[in-house]
Amino acid sequence: MQFSLFVTALLTGLGFVALVTALAWLLGPRSFNAQKEEPYECGIPSRGRTWMQFRVGYYLFAILFLMFDVETMFLFPWAVVMRSLGPAGLLSVLFFLFILVLGLAYAWRKGALKWQ
Amino acid sequence: MFDFNIVTQWLDTLLMSFLPAWATVLIECVLVALAIITLYAVFAIVMIYMERKVCAWFQCRLGPDRVGPWGLLQVFCDVLKMMTKEIVNFRKTDQLLHRAAPFLVVTASMVTFSCLPWNKGAQIIDFNVGVFFFLAISSIGVVGILLAGWSANNKYSLIGAMRSGAQIISYELSIGMIMLAMICLTGTMSFSEICQQQENLGWNIIRGHVPAVLCFILYLIAGNAECNRGPFDMPEAESELTAGYHTEYSGMDFGYYYLAEYMNLFICAGIAATIFLGGWAAPLIPDWEMWNEIMLYVPGFVWFLMKVFFVLMLLLWERWTFPRLRIDQLLNLEWKYMLPMTMALLVVMAICVSFGFIWN
Repeated sequence: MQFSLFVTALLTGLGFVALVTALAWLLGPRSFNAQKEEPYECGIPSRGRTWMQFRVGYYLFAILFLMFDVETMFLFPWAVVMRSLGPAGLLSVLFFLFILVLGLAYAWRKGALKWQ
Repeated sequence: MFDFNIVTQWLDTLLMSFLPAWATVLIECVLVALAIITLYAVFAIVMIYMERKVCAWFQCRLGPDRVGPWGLLQVFCDVLKMMTKEIVNFRKTDQLLHRAAPFLVVTASMVTFSCLPWNKGAQIIDFNVGVFFFLAISSIGVVGILLAGWSANNKYSLIGAMRSGAQIISYELSIGMIMLAMICLTGTMSFSEICQQQENLGWNIIRGHVPAVLCFILYLIAGNAECNRGPFDMPEAESELTAGYHTEYSGMDFGYYYLAEYMNLFICAGIAATIFLGGWAAPLIPDWEMWNEIMLYVPGFVWFLMKVFFVLMLLLWERWTFPRLRIDQLLNLEWKYMLPMTMALLVVMAICVSFGFIWN
């Protein structure tokens, strides 16, 4: 039941965009000239390639994010049953978190969080 | 408290009485789809008008006041304008990805929108892993933004998309930690159960006292960053990147991003209202019989909307008060301040719950 509702919501989103785009395409004017097909950027003719290697600063954050996101995924089941696990469960998760904080501290120390 | 299940079950039995099962399910799904689109559109219009008016008041301006009384028809005219603009397809863009990006952004925001609990029993998607599901779906939006920036073949768009990606994934960590802390308190991930619990035991922000209040404040900061809104609007910083990742979109294609941005703000406020402020639960005080009776008389969705708009006002206040941060300041704020703080809050909350330092 819940799953069919999820699929309904998903299809509603896709269908909404498809329908409105089709409507806008029907309603809007269409014209062609060679100038119009160039990327706009900031108004002046663009120079050089765009699809190129991009600065590494963002990727470092993405890699760090991966580590913490997977950690969050592991913590969700624990958070739900935390009350029944008691102090033993709390201690093991604190240890888990401690190791992760060490990871963050290492990255911090190595300068991965510094913007270059 | 009025239970919306009565209405849906009545409808279900009514349809089942003269239709086969598959036709009933089909009709119900269509009704649900119509409900989603209607609510989505109505609240988008309300939000855009509210944002403009409130922003104007913060800056001592009047805001839209020409079209219709108090500028009420302005948003409708904008929709009409966007619909009748040409959708330009540039030759140099990556056509497939450029067309696919709005689908991802709008679908992600629509599916998360249908997770919101409007009233007791009036919730479209109610998984028992609701919070987890919400976080998973909401992070699809960032893929759409990255695709939009990459496929546009435009340097400003690319920079905007990269900034947006870095920002959204970073602040998602804080949101995840805050959610974890609140799940420690509630012990369930389903939004309907979280609301029901808050009706019985009191709102989470009061039950969880100090750590919950701190979580709420951090959520307001991270929430604005998640929605790419000021003071964290680096991705579209119009004074340096023209319009960031959606520069190359025209007409309704641009409109989708506009729509999704405002609805994400609404969803962000809705989740805050659900997790911290009780969702549709009325503010009940033990032993105040008269008060409780009056409060229970007000329907749940009214409470929900009141809380959502209260949180929205806080978010708008924040947006129009602080100047824009630089990208390095923004990432510093997350990785060096917010993330350690939210992790510490998670530990504090876990200890509080384990040793019974919460109000039950």
